[in-house]
Amino acid sequence: MTLKRRKEATAAFLFASPWLIGFAVFLAYPLCASIYYSFCDYSVLKLPVWIGTRNYENLMRDEIFWKTLSNTAYYAIFALPLGMVVAISLALLLNTKVKGLAFYRTFFFLPSLVPMVSLAVLWLWMFNGESGLVNAALGGIGIKGPNWLSDPEWSKPALVLLSVWGVGNAMVIYLAGLQDVPVQLYEAADLDGATAWQKTRNVTLPMISPVILFNLIMGIIGTLQVFTVPYVMFPGGSPARSTYFYTMYLFDNAFRYQKMGYACAMGWIMFLIILVLTMISLRLSEKHVHYGGS
Amino acid sequence: MARSHKQTQKLKTAGIHLVLVALSLLFMFPLLWMLSTAVKPIDETMLQPPKWIPSVFMWGNFREAFTYSSDTLGYIPFLVYGRNTLILCILGVAGTVVSNSLVAYAFGRLKWPGRDFAFAVTLATMMVPFPVLMVPIYGMFKEFGWIGTFKPLWVPAWFGSAFAIFLLRQFFRSIPFELSEAAKLDGCSEWGIYWSVVMPLAKPALAVVALFHFMGTWNDFLGPLIYLLDQKTFTLSLGLQVFQSQHGGTQWNLLMAASAIVVAPIIVLFFFTQKQFIEGITMTGLKG
Repeated sequence: MTLKRRKEATAAFLFASPWLIGFAVFLAYPLCASIYYSFCDYSVLKLPVWIGTRNYENLMRDEIFWKTLSNTAYYAIFALPLGMVVAISLALLLNTKVKGLAFYRTFFFLPSLVPMVSLAVLWLWMFNGESGLVNAALGGIGIKGPNWLSDPEWSKPALVLLSVWGVGNAMVIYLAGLQDVPVQLYEAADLDGATAWQKTRNVTLPMISPVILFNLIMGIIGTLQVFTVPYVMFPGGSPARSTYFYTMYLFDNAFRYQKMGYACAMGWIMFLIILVLTMISLRLSEKHVHYGGS
Repeated sequence: MARSHKQTQKLKTAGIHLVLVALSLLFMFPLLWMLSTAVKPIDETMLQPPKWIPSVFMWGNFREAFTYSSDTLGYIPFLVYGRNTLILCILGVAGTVVSNSLVAYAFGRLKWPGRDFAFAVTLATMMVPFPVLMVPIYGMFKEFGWIGTFKPLWVPAWFGSAFAIFLLRQFFRSIPFELSEAAKLDGCSEWGIYWSVVMPLAKPALAVVALFHFMGTWNDFLGPLIYLLDQKTFTLSLGLQVFQSQHGGTQWNLLMAASAIVVAPIIVLFFFTQKQFIEGITMTGLKG
């Protein structure tokens, strides 16, 4: 190595040092410790004791584990696609070159800024069975609204519905993606006599597919970790554990029941699920995602 | 023929506006409902059908929510929560800007062996969910004696985060390298280039990173829930949850007033920094 390059490498090492420490202390160490703890009986009050795969075996037999996993899957399966469809539709509407784009964009975007706890408190009130706005609106068109918050059949749909309210962030990303689609492609499609739907289907969606993929993966990671809103709205995952989600149970194991090894095993299972789902999305997308020249 | 085409075009535009206005209202209703409930007398919150404009505007609700149980506590809770949140935001934002700009300089502007591999590893860490790390990090902070203090909530910000490194690195790379070369010829050190060439040009990206960290800290609930013990140290999010669990299901007007107190600064911040916000989100989504 020449002196100049060595000097540059030394400088780089110094510049990168905060992250080298951060990576070691806040990522690498906890990741290793967590995998070790997941094979231990451990609480913060006592030293970890190796128990082999017992945490994992107990998890497989733990009804609440499966309940929270299926609740989380339910939430992800409905909230993710619904959120994507709404976000893309809003972005498509805003991309029609109508006047006042900035205004509409602000209206759709503002709700996604509302801090999670405020959002949860607000929607407790919106979904209130007797005097909530949602049931008042349903009543206005002659439908008797359900007891969103106390009926186990309706608690998860309530969470899915309110998640749609926060799609503004994703919408802004899609909108930027749409504005990057070259106009020539649409002109060519027009010459071929394509309808609006055909243009959306064959030009727009393929062109923004990398953005869709990015949002899908981020969505999967985020949805599997859903915690704050159900924690505030449905204490203990009520009613009848219908809103008891994976991260809530993990949190309770770690900090309420002091079963920290068990919580780490849950964490690793979640990490594996995220990895597998990401891998599947990437694999499926190979056929369908179109990357432009840049 | 041309005329009728123009007319259908006009009709279409009007239709789109109609849909957009309807949807905008739908998205705004919950926030308007929050404000409307916040200024109502308690007996008007439960009316069916709902009454949007109260008979008297109870501005005192805000004061009442703000100062709830301050007599028994001996301090004004939401004032203390707000101060705590601000302290965490300031310390965290400072740390984020300083640490990530340094690290991004190493990744984006310097050549060193193993850089691209290290960067790939850095990006991959974004996939690690916090719940996996939660227990060992808690154990570590407990060893440090940091549980119940603010430190777990701001110190990590001084050691970089993959997301901010990524964002800043992308931006740093777009700054012409000739500027660095010229500065070097003038006898500038790497530190000098970082400080007087790259940083001044990177202000928009630094603003985005700062803004996102501010929002994240303001929003954070799980962190304060895990690490803070004494109500006097609570943040706005955690404080609001405590307020909700104590007053839930009855005094909706006060609850909505309290929620509005937590939301309002963020909305105000948004209107002052709209450009950075939209650009920042776009940056995160498209350059991926």
